[in-house]
Amino acid sequence: MDDSREIVCIVCPNGCRMNVVINHDNNKVEMVENALCEKGKAYARDEIQCPKRSLTSTVKVIDGVLPLVSVRSDKPLPKEKIREAAVELRKIELQAPIIYHQVIVSNLLGTGANIIATKEVSKR
Amino acid sequence: MLIKKDIIIVGAGPAGLAAAIEAKKRGRDGILVLERELSAGGILNQCIHDGFGLIRFNEALTGPEYARRYIDEAKALGIEIVTNVMVQDISRDKTVTAVSPDGIKTYKAEAVILAMGCRERTRGAICIPGTRPSGVFTAGVAQNLVNLKNIMVGKRIVILGSGDIGLIMARRLTLEGAKVLAVVEKLPYSSGLQRNITQCLDDFEIPLLLSHTVTKIEGHERVKGVTIARVDEKGNSIRGTSRKFECDTLILSVGLIPENEVSLNAGIVIDETTGGARVDENLQTSVPGIFACGNVLQVHDLVDYVSAEGEQAAKAAVEFIKGRGEAASDITVRAGSGIRYVLPQSISSGRDITFSMRVTNPCKNKTIIFKDGDTVLKKRTFKALNPAEMVRIDLKAGELRGVLNMEVFIDG
Repeated sequence: MDDSREIVCIVCPNGCRMNVVINHDNNKVEMVENALCEKGKAYARDEIQCPKRSLTSTVKVIDGVLPLVSVRSDKPLPKEKIREAAVELRKIELQAPIIYHQVIVSNLLGTGANIIATKEVSKR
Repeated sequence: MLIKKDIIIVGAGPAGLAAAIEAKKRGRDGILVLERELSAGGILNQCIHDGFGLIRFNEALTGPEYARRYIDEAKALGIEIVTNVMVQDISRDKTVTAVSPDGIKTYKAEAVILAMGCRERTRGAICIPGTRPSGVFTAGVAQNLVNLKNIMVGKRIVILGSGDIGLIMARRLTLEGAKVLAVVEKLPYSSGLQRNITQCLDDFEIPLLLSHTVTKIEGHERVKGVTIARVDEKGNSIRGTSRKFECDTLILSVGLIPENEVSLNAGIVIDETTGGARVDENLQTSVPGIFACGNVLQVHDLVDYVSAEGEQAAKAAVEFIKGRGEAASDITVRAGSGIRYVLPQSISSGRDITFSMRVTNPCKNKTIIFKDGDTVLKKRTFKALNPAEMVRIDLKAGELRGVLNMEVFIDG
């Protein structure tokens, strides 16, 4: 049986309100309407089958000109892992200097996503 | 001693950086960017979340990454950016006085570009009754403390205002281990982008209480709790709907104000609705040779358009120095029914112009109409219009030929 659901796209600030038609027998997305781009359609399909989110946070830095370095995941993580991932990042302390896009954690929680620095922090 | 420059840019945030790069690419050498903070990048430095640059770069960058692209390019072009310096005064003849730990310096510029950004409305601006304990922060200050200084602001938090920074901070504080009890919004709709409601509130099951406001703050040393009540259509709290939230922190995300104190000294005319300078299609203010761009001109929701505006101001400033771009922009543009404001406020005819505007209320399937007297110049229909989302519409020179008086409004 088919069913439709409205999903607000979070890929970009356009925030398309997409209409997603789902086949309940196999939990497959049959059709995505009102999406302005392909990325939006892919997001809608993922959102039904395995919702994912990018993670951005900060990690402590010792002896840096700043006490924190901002970080992000290099690809989205499963949504249900986001809180646990943030807790993991709070436990880490890095030694300055940190270079731009340095890998801080690889394969975080076995998700396949790496955590990378989004700024550089020089040594104090 | 008077130091001579071609173009002085006040502020090294996204607007100022884009302006400096564009001016340099157009062949100007005497460019000086003055920045109050210790490093360039502006507010982007503390906006560690992603979603920046989707329009310009077709990828979702974080704030620091977006800023870095411009800072790197400015460095590569050899643009002079001075940090830790505060502009105290700009005069009508484009004399710029700046103060830094090295002392006071006075510059004389041929053109000035204002790119100072905006600041936040505070508790005082919205008059919340109650005691005055610690633990009341604006969202941007909380963001600065948490993301740059490693200072956590509280454990049990209520957020007033559903602007984008408030929503982003609801998620951020949750990920840092705080309990965000609710986001409270006085209006019947959120003033933030829908995607932020989804990924910052819904994902973490944080309730969004629309048509509610904070009516009282309690606590002496520190916030102990806040009272929240439902409001009617006029925004007045309704008797009998109060409830108390025990919390140690209240965060305010209740609007942004262009930071125009030095612009006023220069005698620049400010628009009462936008809080920014009144400008023509060159983004030139009422003082010839002084241009404005970014959040000091109008508060934006997307940085991509801030950069675009910076470039537009720089292009016009370069033309101004060459002695061109002097066409009188004496056609007024008026915001009519359903439109809160429209920029530029005055134009000249015969050139392509991008208009930016915000609607007064959320609505669906409405048409924005540009009219000159009884003549319709352009119509554009939108599936949904939202005050949180700036609308930009391009008109071609041909569509603006012979225009005398322009009004922009929503049909019906």
